[in-house]
Amino acid sequence: MSLKKSFAAASMLAGAMTAMSFMSAGAAQAQGELVMYCAVQEEWCRAMTTAFERETGIKVSMTRKSSGEIYAQVKAEAANPRADIWWGGTGDPHMQAAEEGLTEAYKSPKMSELQDWAVRQWEQSKQRTVGIYSGALGFGYNTDLAQSKKTGDLKCWADLLKPELKDEVQVADPNSSGTAYTLLATIIQIMGEDKGFEYLKALHKNVNQYTKSGAAPAKATALGETTVGIAFMHDVVTMVVDKAPVKVVAPCEGTGYEIGSMSIIKGAKNLDNAKKFYDWALTPDAQKLGAAAKSYQVPSNKNTPVPPQAPKLSDVKLINFDFAKYGSSEERKRLLSKWDNEVKNLPK
Amino acid sequence: MSRATLGWIVLGWVGFALLPWYGFDRSAVPTLADYFVSGSALAHGVHRAWWLLPLLLPLGMALLPVVRPDMQRNGTWLIASGLLGLALVVLQGFSVGLNGWTLDILKSLFGEPGPRQSGMGYGAALTSTALLILLCHGLAARGWCRGDAFVTSSIGVVIALIIVFVFFPVTTILASAFADNSGHFAPTEFITKFLDKSIWGLDCLTSDLRCGVAWNTLFLGLLVGVGTTALGLAFALIATRTGFRYKKILRLMSVLPIITPPFVIGLALILLFGRSGALSAVLWDWFGVPRSRWIYGLPGVFIAQLLAFTPIAFLVLIGVVQGISPTLEEASQTLRAKSWTTFWTVTLPLMRPGLANAFLLGFVESLADFGNPLVLGGNYEVLSTKIFFAVVGAQQDQGRAAVLSIILLAFTLGAFWLQHAWLGKKVYTTVTGKGDAGIPLPLPRRVALASYLTAVPWAIFTLVVYVIIVVGAFVRSMGRDYTPTLEHFLTAFRVERADWGLYFSGSAWNSFFATVKVAAVAAPLTAAIGLLTAYLLTRQRFSGQRAFEFGTLLSFAIPGTVVGVSYILAFNVPPIEITGTGFVLVMCFVFRNMPVGVRSGIATLSQIDKSLDEASLTLGAGSSTTMRRVVLPLLRPAIVASLVYSFVRAMTAVSAVIFLVTAEYNMATTYIVGRVEAGEFGLAIAYSTVLIVVMLLAIVAIQLAVGERRLGRRSASAAPSPVAVQAVP
Repeated sequence: MSLKKSFAAASMLAGAMTAMSFMSAGAAQAQGELVMYCAVQEEWCRAMTTAFERETGIKVSMTRKSSGEIYAQVKAEAANPRADIWWGGTGDPHMQAAEEGLTEAYKSPKMSELQDWAVRQWEQSKQRTVGIYSGALGFGYNTDLAQSKKTGDLKCWADLLKPELKDEVQVADPNSSGTAYTLLATIIQIMGEDKGFEYLKALHKNVNQYTKSGAAPAKATALGETTVGIAFMHDVVTMVVDKAPVKVVAPCEGTGYEIGSMSIIKGAKNLDNAKKFYDWALTPDAQKLGAAAKSYQVPSNKNTPVPPQAPKLSDVKLINFDFAKYGSSEERKRLLSKWDNEVKNLPK
Repeated sequence: MSRATLGWIVLGWVGFALLPWYGFDRSAVPTLADYFVSGSALAHGVHRAWWLLPLLLPLGMALLPVVRPDMQRNGTWLIASGLLGLALVVLQGFSVGLNGWTLDILKSLFGEPGPRQSGMGYGAALTSTALLILLCHGLAARGWCRGDAFVTSSIGVVIALIIVFVFFPVTTILASAFADNSGHFAPTEFITKFLDKSIWGLDCLTSDLRCGVAWNTLFLGLLVGVGTTALGLAFALIATRTGFRYKKILRLMSVLPIITPPFVIGLALILLFGRSGALSAVLWDWFGVPRSRWIYGLPGVFIAQLLAFTPIAFLVLIGVVQGISPTLEEASQTLRAKSWTTFWTVTLPLMRPGLANAFLLGFVESLADFGNPLVLGGNYEVLSTKIFFAVVGAQQDQGRAAVLSIILLAFTLGAFWLQHAWLGKKVYTTVTGKGDAGIPLPLPRRVALASYLTAVPWAIFTLVVYVIIVVGAFVRSMGRDYTPTLEHFLTAFRVERADWGLYFSGSAWNSFFATVKVAAVAAPLTAAIGLLTAYLLTRQRFSGQRAFEFGTLLSFAIPGTVVGVSYILAFNVPPIEITGTGFVLVMCFVFRNMPVGVRSGIATLSQIDKSLDEASLTLGAGSSTTMRRVVLPLLRPAIVASLVYSFVRAMTAVSAVIFLVTAEYNMATTYIVGRVEAGEFGLAIAYSTVLIVVMLLAIVAIQLAVGERRLGRRSASAAPSPVAVQAVP
């Protein structure tokens, strides 16, 4: 009997040991690590990760999620943060996180090299988030499909309401995608809140699917799964460069834009590495990687060459986007629930 | 006092006085001193954490029997010490949190914020385990389970694990359904959320508005349950009752979808039937059928789930069809029944348990499925995806997620209950010890015809889907550019040579290594715990056995999405703070897949006569030798089944892990879902094909490592192969 008992004891001890070794897996590798939440296109996230790893030897654990998901996760983990740096993605959730004190203030030595809009973003957020690139909102349409649907040229937001485009427009769900929230805020700023919601309700009839990620409509347009995809113009440009039959449109009524941002998470476990990454990510060398990874945003460092394919912000009729108002959590919550109730659940 | 008891008393003290009581902060680099003594509960207790000191009392009580071994009521002392110790550990763990007192009463009594502590570490784990085992040893000393300390300890450990990793998370999620956003008790919120129109609305019957998500889910589940059962039955009948020539291929096709990451099938369907899909293109070019988006929504999800879950129904039903004794059918024929009448009144009724099981599995799998609705759902919303967005969406409403989870759980448990009620107490036994030498009757003509007509086109369709998957991995962009390329594999699995050695720069390596590691750790643990539980259930008799059995099966009935959410809610804060580690993923898999180990273990163990164990013992072998040389070799099929199942599930599960992955432990499936969402289909498919190959290799390796069971029997009896997938009774 005693053999049986010692067998039992031994096996239980072994089990406990395995469990513990696993629990400590995180602890053992504490040095030389950086946990990054990345909200741009996968290729770019990857390029940044590998380039930073190669340069510093710091191991980067990167998770790509849409910016809305990252915000939700950072908020959920606030009591016990898991990530160190949140790189990329549209500015609103970054601003919101800054407002709620979920991110850390930091002044990088590289600040003087940045464009004005990036610095303004940093000042507005009490130094908690900084612009790393910017891009204008627009849409792309599949020229083959547009021809067969006889939609004619599409130039303005208003054109997207054409009855020929019934079930032919794709856009992300603002509840999960920052891109789609930018659309919501842009339309309201162009048309006013009441007219804007009228527009979105009319657009709803033409929307075939509210996707989860903001860039998915651009891909779907390129594949021919939808005629029109609303997305940031640089995402559509990527498809054009990839030789898809897609035309990029800067809407004639004017359009909003995003400031892709970067924030250090408050309570980051690898704060020094996060700062290292922060400084590095603002250098021209790091910002050049965007164009190489087929992402054609306008970089925030003045010395970074603007990729020739990038839609020139000067050629686009940009509205005076009120980031402070539409980035605040209260306004965001109100608009999102209004959109949920008045637009998303409408019959087609 | 046995040496084992003494050992556990010592371990209890070691955990308290030597090992670090708390888990390490991941930014800090622990020194050796942190590992020993200075991080221990004793050191903390003396300095600051006074609430740890009461634990000295039970640990001291356990010493008493050591000092006075001749004392009468040793067992009672151990029981008291164990119970008191565990109660103290739980009490301090739940009342002192990361940010002070956790309960409002304590806050108002002792002031805010109160003392703080982080999650428990090795020391706490060891001490709690020791206290639990001491309690069990005490019970054994009092004569429980014929005084066998091994049995009581095993039961205690399994029950404790189930409480911690099944009941605790599930009750946490149920509780958050009744709380408002700031965490206060608010039953009215629950009722408002529960009765929400977006859940129960029936507008689609009367107008073109959308129906509630609960009805959508239920409708889809019923369709899929019926569909997979019918298809599975057709396949099973062809495989067992006809002279069909390509049975082998049929068998192979039944394995393939089980090891396919579930949403890959959805993806292949888009590439076939999407607006720019291969088949749509052909239809448009040749017949002028306009391209449409019909695949996004109910039809797409339905087809994808049929493809994914039919094999499970097939595996259940083939065992049942084989098991039906031909003698009853022969008797029916002798009584001049036509073959159709025989099939309808004898064969089919005998299959009832199998049909019910197959339907139930199809229904439950459809409810729990997350990948296919995510990829193909379009605007057809189901509960599993809705729960997901309630948690991660910008509105962030955990209470709503919990309410939806309760509905999903109710559907699943309702299905189990209905199955139980339908099968009732009728007897379906057909495999008996009596002579059983009949030959199965050929199928009636119309049944055979119907089977062929459903099964063969479906089989061809499945093949086409898999061809698409393979082709999709090797061309640039399916549907647009068919240039052959290895680009996707290079993006995912590139290896470079850097100055400091090999550098795995491919984007998939991280998640690939994490997945293989987690699956490889989870599989043996699942098998071990499952078989231990099966051993307890079949070889031991103890009170509360039925409740114990139900507890082990509960986690199987809970949909994956619910498990995922409940694990975050329960394990992101102290006392058990393990989110973000590989450990939480392993535990999630172990307790999700354990029921399969239990079921296959029970099935196999009940075939093995107890007299074999006894013979070995009589011949002088110790019980560990008996275990090693007699029982375990006979258990080989069960070991293989549970190892394979848990390994495969750990590699392919989406719904449970999507909440639990982090940058450090990203799983292959969530990586693939991310790629699919961003439209990088080629990469997703390439990665999936690699996973399929890895799983096939792993299955072969497991088979080789565990080995075949060699029974001294001639192969004349066509014994039904053990059923790999089995529903909960």
